[in-house]
Amino acid sequence: MIFENHNPLEGKVFQILDKTGKIVNEEYYKDIDRDLLLKMYRCMVLSRIQDEWALKFQRQGRMLTFAPTLGQEGLQVASMAACRDDDWLVPAFRSNAAWLYKGLPMKNIFLYWCGNEMGSKIPDHINMLPIVVPIGSQFNHATGIGMSFRYTKEDKVVVTYIGDGGTSEGEFYEGINFAGVVNAPVIFIIQNNQFAISTGVESQTKAKTLAQKGIAAGIPSIKVDGNDIFAMYFATKEAVENARSGNGPSLIEAVTYRQGPHTTADDPTIYRSEEKHLDGMSKDPIIRTKNFLIERGILTEKDEKTIREECKKTVFEEFEKAEQENITPLEDIFKYTYEEMTENLKEQYEEAKKWGGN
Amino acid sequence: MEALNNIEALNQALDQMMEKDEKIVIYGEDAGFEGGVFRATKGLQAKYGKDRCFDSPLTEAGIIGSGIGMAINGMKPVLEIQFQGFLFPGLNQLLVHGARYRNRSRGRFTVPMVVRMPYGGGIRALEHHSESIEAMLAHTPGLKVVIPSNPYDTKGLMISAIKDPDPVVFLEPKRIYRAFKQEVPMEIYEVPIGKARILKEGNDITVVGWGAMIPEIQLAVKDLEEEGISVEIIDLRTISPIDKEAIENSVKKTGRFLVVHEAVKSFGVGAELISIVNEKAFLHLECPPTRLTGYDVTIPLAKGEGHFMINPEKIKSKVKELINY
Repeated sequence: MIFENHNPLEGKVFQILDKTGKIVNEEYYKDIDRDLLLKMYRCMVLSRIQDEWALKFQRQGRMLTFAPTLGQEGLQVASMAACRDDDWLVPAFRSNAAWLYKGLPMKNIFLYWCGNEMGSKIPDHINMLPIVVPIGSQFNHATGIGMSFRYTKEDKVVVTYIGDGGTSEGEFYEGINFAGVVNAPVIFIIQNNQFAISTGVESQTKAKTLAQKGIAAGIPSIKVDGNDIFAMYFATKEAVENARSGNGPSLIEAVTYRQGPHTTADDPTIYRSEEKHLDGMSKDPIIRTKNFLIERGILTEKDEKTIREECKKTVFEEFEKAEQENITPLEDIFKYTYEEMTENLKEQYEEAKKWGGN
Repeated sequence: MEALNNIEALNQALDQMMEKDEKIVIYGEDAGFEGGVFRATKGLQAKYGKDRCFDSPLTEAGIIGSGIGMAINGMKPVLEIQFQGFLFPGLNQLLVHGARYRNRSRGRFTVPMVVRMPYGGGIRALEHHSESIEAMLAHTPGLKVVIPSNPYDTKGLMISAIKDPDPVVFLEPKRIYRAFKQEVPMEIYEVPIGKARILKEGNDITVVGWGAMIPEIQLAVKDLEEEGISVEIIDLRTISPIDKEAIENSVKKTGRFLVVHEAVKSFGVGAELISIVNEKAFLHLECPPTRLTGYDVTIPLAKGEGHFMINPEKIKSKVKELINY
């Protein structure tokens, strides 16, 4: 009913929790299990602290270029929480909180952004694809994974993300259209963080909402306050249930705000107005969730402090592990090209040994 | 004359040509307001307005495909693909349409556009930011593929590319965007497409390279000359059409040939050049013409990149191997 009652063509945006942490849409609010709420909150904080420290490590020269998720934790955590553990995640590159929620060791994420492919080796028990840099192509992969369930008889769903800029790519349309045609159980989530590097949404499309692009493909589509974990959780849950019961894909535009740079190689102060920045920062998902949890007695300031300290400890431990393991042996650059090294590659590998590398 | 680095020389070429030719329109992702992520188009929107230099939506196929339409109707689009690694969604438009409209329409419609993009490794970049795909593009009839290695050529070749009546892919070795400065004439001048440059004359061996390989070759050759080996260096400058004559003449003189490229080895430009040497100068050869290249693997991320990259040590070793063959 959430999708039905929030037609993006009518300019509706689904929100339950406002930016101060007050429930503003009682009709759709339901209690979420206290442990699950705390799990979501903790994961948001963990991702935030990881990003904050990663920025410092990068400035210290201990990490390379990376793309912080700062500000977008809410929509990611809530959409993951609305799924089962064995459902699939097909991420975009700015998906830190979702990866963490899904169980990807933080060490992997650090390794990846330190320029080591081993970070992309997802543990076998996690149904998730690694980070890819090309924009938009993941939508078709998600559709394909969803299509495969029909043959493998799995009752899983796929959640995939894209940025606002990514919705201008051809594969965005191809992916949602194809999924619609074959009724693939995929939840397409647009993380509308307002910018594709320096290009604002207004230069990206003439459409009033990004969600309405899903209408053209004939799939249920909605625009949601992406920094409101309740709205994201319940909207995704409805989409997931719909997909799992055989009714095909849905599209969610999650409105959020990229608090940091596109990547550490970018300087947002060149193109972002102070006014827009302050407005974006005022809608922070973590602050409003914290206010809610404290007001309801689910969290105390003391718990909050403990969570932050634990998260910081985890970040340091995982980064230390990554730094210790951050070696790419020569063989690694050859051995994953094919299942077996071809004669040509064996020859080149022998030649390369002469140079040692690095 | 003015001392400029590669990116400044590029910016000057674009600026001067835009001033001269109102048909030039520049666009690409972040190419307008911000002037591109590498600032190649910096200041052009402020100077020429949003109609002539603008941020496109995130759509490589759209950028190249619309560029084809613009060019067909008499405009001169100079398009930016932010990184070579993002070209692939636009490759359908570039190879299937950009390269073919002249032939398809028997000369009625032409596509005089320029597609610029940074390429190549060595800057510890992310996935799909470090490949060198000149061979893939040069393999397509109808395209011209240009790679400058210094500020003088960057400006002159870009001006030639803009004036060229056919689609030109302008690959920019991003590793050396700001690596050094060179005196560049203030006025508009052309460096012809399709002509290699003898960078240094020598008698014992010909070493050919382009883009970011040129400084590596120069470093190697400095050491080799101290050891008494006389090297002729050719900067190819244009991958397609290739300057066969320059290669032929040089190898006839030196009798030895080494091509150095950072792209993967197999089916690459190195193989093409060696074929030319075999066809044109076989009887002059003292040893087999040889290539020193990247390996046939996905370009590693930063931590493994050192295993992959060409460096002066590798070049010196290969040259000595050929001299002592």
